[in-house]
Amino acid sequence: MTEGPLSSTFSADGLACVRGERVVFAHLEFRLTSGEALFLLGPNGSGKSSLLRLLAGLLKPAAGRLAWDGQPVAEDREAHAARIHYVGHHDAIKPVLSVLENLRFWARLHDPEAGDARAQAALERFGLWHLRSIPGKLLSAGQKRRLNLSRLLAAPAPVWLLDEPSVALDKASVRTLEAVIAEHRAQGGMVVLSTHADIDLPDAGTLYLDRFAPRPAEAAEAWI
Amino acid sequence: MHRFANPMRFVRLAAAIQPWTAGVTLILLALGLYFGLFDSPADYQQGESVRIMYVHVPSAWLAMAAYSTMAFASGVGLVWKHPLADLIAKAASPIGAAFTFVCLVTGSLWGKPMWGTWWAWDARLTSMLILFFLYLGHMALLNAFDDPTRGTKAAGILALAGFVNIPIIKFSVDWWNTLHQPASVSKVGMPTIDPSMLLPLMLMGVAFTTFFVTVLLIRVRSEILAAKVRAIRLNQIHSAPGAISGELVGESPR
Amino acid sequence: MNRLAEIIRRDLRLALRQGSDSVMVVTFFVLTVVLFPFGLGPEANLLERTSAGVLWVTALLASMLSLDRLFLADYEDGSLELLALTPTALELLVIGKVAAHWLTTGLPLIVAAPVLAVLLHMNADGFATLLFTMLLGTPTLSLIGAMGAALVLGARRGGVLLSLLVLPLYVPVLIFGVGAIDAAVQGLPAKAQLLLLGGMLVAALPLAPWAAAAALRQALE
Repeated sequence: MTEGPLSSTFSADGLACVRGERVVFAHLEFRLTSGEALFLLGPNGSGKSSLLRLLAGLLKPAAGRLAWDGQPVAEDREAHAARIHYVGHHDAIKPVLSVLENLRFWARLHDPEAGDARAQAALERFGLWHLRSIPGKLLSAGQKRRLNLSRLLAAPAPVWLLDEPSVALDKASVRTLEAVIAEHRAQGGMVVLSTHADIDLPDAGTLYLDRFAPRPAEAAEAWI
Repeated sequence: MHRFANPMRFVRLAAAIQPWTAGVTLILLALGLYFGLFDSPADYQQGESVRIMYVHVPSAWLAMAAYSTMAFASGVGLVWKHPLADLIAKAASPIGAAFTFVCLVTGSLWGKPMWGTWWAWDARLTSMLILFFLYLGHMALLNAFDDPTRGTKAAGILALAGFVNIPIIKFSVDWWNTLHQPASVSKVGMPTIDPSMLLPLMLMGVAFTTFFVTVLLIRVRSEILAAKVRAIRLNQIHSAPGAISGELVGESPR
Repeated sequence: MNRLAEIIRRDLRLALRQGSDSVMVVTFFVLTVVLFPFGLGPEANLLERTSAGVLWVTALLASMLSLDRLFLADYEDGSLELLALTPTALELLVIGKVAAHWLTTGLPLIVAAPVLAVLLHMNADGFATLLFTMLLGTPTLSLIGAMGAALVLGARRGGVLLSLLVLPLYVPVLIFGVGAIDAAVQGLPAKAQLLLLGGMLVAALPLAPWAAAAALRQALE
């Protein structure tokens, strides 16, 4: 998909997000092209997670639009879903399935053609291959997170949306993640992530969400 | 967001309409009750108890009209994301439930002299009973979530699902009833209705409708104002950390 | 379609390893049906006459037992978000989950039903129809139930609420299910009722997953 020479763009225009009758941010815009990474920065409640969910398509923007190569994303949900990998706060790991079964399920669901070789490579990369037949319930929080991150490699997708991916990871795993992200970008992938600044990505852009906070008067205006 | 019809305009419009619908309700209700209770003949078969009809039948009409209103508003809310439509659906639900309840109670009261029992598994009453449960489910779902928007949206889908199901339920209950009902009890309905009975029935029907509109307007208005109060509070929490919440709550709407 | 198979396979595997609800559901079904003779008395005539209704009402309640968990586990561990982000229609995945749920709860009920019919002295003429009605009716119950389960995700007291939402919608299935068996027992044709049950299944098959998927998307917002 991304391996092609063509460069893609992922852009947002005038994006607004309303959560529970409150405007979280408004008039947000960014532009991301192949190989770029974007850090989301901002205090609690500024909408980092909401923006990632919005980019993934889990939330619908209250205003504005998202576009891929100029085409509105909302027009074709499935095509957009095929383009992204979303790593949220939960690791989506079934306690009674083994590490490999967990990973294989998500990989095949994302791309039915996804082969076991990729799954193996992903697990090896995140140091989980020797645990492949261990059931999910025996994993530590860090191992669960690594298993969740393995999805990124087990089935390819150009856009990675990572919500605090380094939570529960040790130093070495964070370095692995950084390397994996660097390779992804070198192949033309894009990454949007929120973090508490312990991930080091060279020349990544930053988006300060508090800049797009609504003016006090319109914070809860929504529709009133 | 702002392309939506302005709710405050709705509040003003509702405030202007409300006295009229309320007035019409009072006048028609007085007329309808007078004709219904005093100036119409007793039924040759059912005697004075036929007068229950003037409350029972309009309640049944409005119970169904309110559900249709609710389903239609929910559909508009789901498709066009119009918050006002969601509020109308939310406001219509308890009123419809109340009409259904009145219909069931009056039906039961009517049943005692007619069937000699408080309750018969008559097809129409049974359908009404299920409609009542649908209303209860809708109201319960509306209030089951901490986030009120989630409640309205989920209830919207339920209202539509219920609306699709109502004809199926009605059909199945009719079928079931004809299968099980002994012929002697089955025909109670209204045979040919005399004009002297039709007049009060129609008056009551219109009065119930304007009553429904009046209460609906009041409820939607108060929902909008409540949302406004919540909005003001949210603004305080999120924009001015030091502000004391409650300070602005008494502010009158623009 | 691969994805549909994938999710059915996963849910079946989960049900198998977690010690599925199948046993609980069937136990509830058997136990509750067995209570009826204690309540109604052991008189064979009475039991025979009420057998179709008792079996169907109990099956209906039993099939509701595990419904509230249909999406709950996936909702709580984040799987539902990823399912919603699968490059396919969420409706298809809902059908997959409903199919797995039916295989683990609906099917065991159908297997248990004839045994219980014997205990209730049901006329042997009704047995085939009993199986047919359950085969046509229980998937409809699962589909409608899935919609309810999706609607109450994240609600307070979701389980109780679910029964309030779903039971009124179950009424037509109950009426025609019992109607078909009663007709068969009396030697009358039950084709009309069976066709109606089939029709309801055909109608529920696209509509319920659609509503459930819409509700799931809302639950994730």
